[in-house]
Amino acid sequence: MESLELLAGGLATAVTPENLMWAAIGVLLGTFVGVLPGIGPAMAVALLLPVTFGLEPTQAFIMFAGIYYGGMYGGSTTSILLNTPGESASVMTALEGNKMAKKGRAAQALATAAIGSFIAGTIGTMLVVFFAPALAGVAVEVGAPSYLAIMLMAMVLVTSVLGSSRLRGFIALFLGLTIGLVGLDLNTGQPRLSFDQPLLADRIDIVVVAVGIFALGEALWVAAHLRRRPLAVIPVGRPWMGKADWGRSWKPWLRGTALGFPFGAVPAGGAETPTFLSYVLEKRLAKKGHEFGHGAIEGVAGPEAANNASAAGTFVPLLALGLPVTATATIMLAALQGYGIQPGPQLMTEHADLVWTLLASLLIGNTLLLVLNLPLAPLWAKLLRIPRPYLYAGILFFASLGAYTANQQPFDLFLLLVFGLLGLLMRRFGLPVLPLILGVILGPLMETKMREALAISDGDVAGLVNEPVAIVVYVIIALLVVVPLVLARVRPPRKPTEIAAEMNDDDTTSGPTSGPTSKETVR
Amino acid sequence: MSTTDTVLIAYTPDDFGQAALTHGIAEATRRSARIVAVNATRGDAYVDERHADDDRVATLEKELTASGLEFVVRRPIAADVAEAVVEAADEESADVIVIGLRRRSPVGKLVMGSVAQRVLLGAGCPVLAVKP
Repeated sequence: MESLELLAGGLATAVTPENLMWAAIGVLLGTFVGVLPGIGPAMAVALLLPVTFGLEPTQAFIMFAGIYYGGMYGGSTTSILLNTPGESASVMTALEGNKMAKKGRAAQALATAAIGSFIAGTIGTMLVVFFAPALAGVAVEVGAPSYLAIMLMAMVLVTSVLGSSRLRGFIALFLGLTIGLVGLDLNTGQPRLSFDQPLLADRIDIVVVAVGIFALGEALWVAAHLRRRPLAVIPVGRPWMGKADWGRSWKPWLRGTALGFPFGAVPAGGAETPTFLSYVLEKRLAKKGHEFGHGAIEGVAGPEAANNASAAGTFVPLLALGLPVTATATIMLAALQGYGIQPGPQLMTEHADLVWTLLASLLIGNTLLLVLNLPLAPLWAKLLRIPRPYLYAGILFFASLGAYTANQQPFDLFLLLVFGLLGLLMRRFGLPVLPLILGVILGPLMETKMREALAISDGDVAGLVNEPVAIVVYVIIALLVVVPLVLARVRPPRKPTEIAAEMNDDDTTSGPTSGPTSKETVR
Repeated sequence: MSTTDTVLIAYTPDDFGQAALTHGIAEATRRSARIVAVNATRGDAYVDERHADDDRVATLEKELTASGLEFVVRRPIAADVAEAVVEAADEESADVIVIGLRRRSPVGKLVMGSVAQRVLLGAGCPVLAVKP
């Protein structure tokens, strides 16, 4: 119950007019970027990183939290009205949501998504309030070797479990780790990968990498595919739900929350798996099973709740361990570092006021989302008419501004361009962005922990495995890597005809059109 | 040289396009000409309300079929909608272009430009401009 008191304290801090304003800005901005396919909360937070130089940490994080939740909600709007999931977590929402909209039930689909998100987000945040301090309490005891192992596990999980191809995931991860190495070695002062460039020896600013990969990369990618046949948007009024819809929605909301939160909370986060599982579960359970594939409200309510609950769940490893598992969380971690706050288990005790205000503002942001977005839905749909050149010109402007203000070095603009090109190539060759950004940010942290562990054991490699937690985690990592390989061997490859037959069994053959821009989870 | 005339209709799924369509069909019937309906879009936004989606094109085709004349529907994606219309007219060697005019104040024209004006200036054949 101590947590609840602390949360109440956080609420008291968060509910000042100024903080409420930041929350509102965050929520509106988040929905804005969420609605537009291809632009996600990760890009928005990356573009706003320089803003943190002028803001208190609390205010910045209140805004970022709003962007995070808002982006999730905005994505569902596009999925439902346009059948274009802005991110992979909304794919399942698009399946039933767009069918509902086509049947003239867009208002109900949007309403169940919004209310489901609110309920899942609120329950999820409350769960964070109870779990994160407990986990942090345990994690403080954990030594450097175990911490290194846990970080390694997060990387392996994010890279191999999410995304379609492990090879692509690991390529992206190692690219990120390499970028993280550039600059002076923090222990010995030796320059690494700096090519005798004093500016590179200074280490690459995370703002430049994040903005280059997310904003510039996406802008170049869009520029390469500028003209495409416009899509038909389904007109919608104010979202609302009838009594029958409430009756059909509340159970999927709760089930989706239960599925989503654990998946967000383990460092294998990401919302694809829980949203998919929730969809399948609702389809099984639905009494009107035949309605699935033709616009069943359960198929929107469940996955949307799962999506938001897993978003809330990602705050558990982020706050308790300093481990981010989504792109947005990774960049939020970078923002923390920008304030000189060391992420990790001690965050909960050393910066308790910040953490509790952040958690309280999550609850506030969630409520604001519901209040603002139910009436504003028709307006958000209008955003889709903005011509891309105007939109991306604005993004490029803010990207350059952000990269320059970080250090006021013209050289950073050159680096920005390099990372922008890298981002374009990654999108071109289907490399996921998340492992890269995770590598850039966690890489140096991981190195510090490894050095620490080795220093304690006086350079003996055994020092890396002298804690029980570390050994258990390494075993899990080994299983994670080996089991899928073995399974792939044992199970004969399925013939395309079998898969096709299965697809026909399913009445979801006409899946949503894939996102017009990058398809990987960028949230 | 084709013996039959060609009437090009610049179509948009709104009142203006509908006016152009009605007058265009009338003109084509008078000339017993073939019809080329053009619905161009810049294709640079996710949604363009002046772009006819597949359902709308089906209705358009139904209306054109009802006229009993030979017809083609073109849906180009181009940087400039007016240029796309003029280009289509050149390619189809159209004898007349039918466009719908919208009301636009001088300031509005300055800010938004005018597709109709650019078609009028750029076309190599007579242009029939109609109002709904």
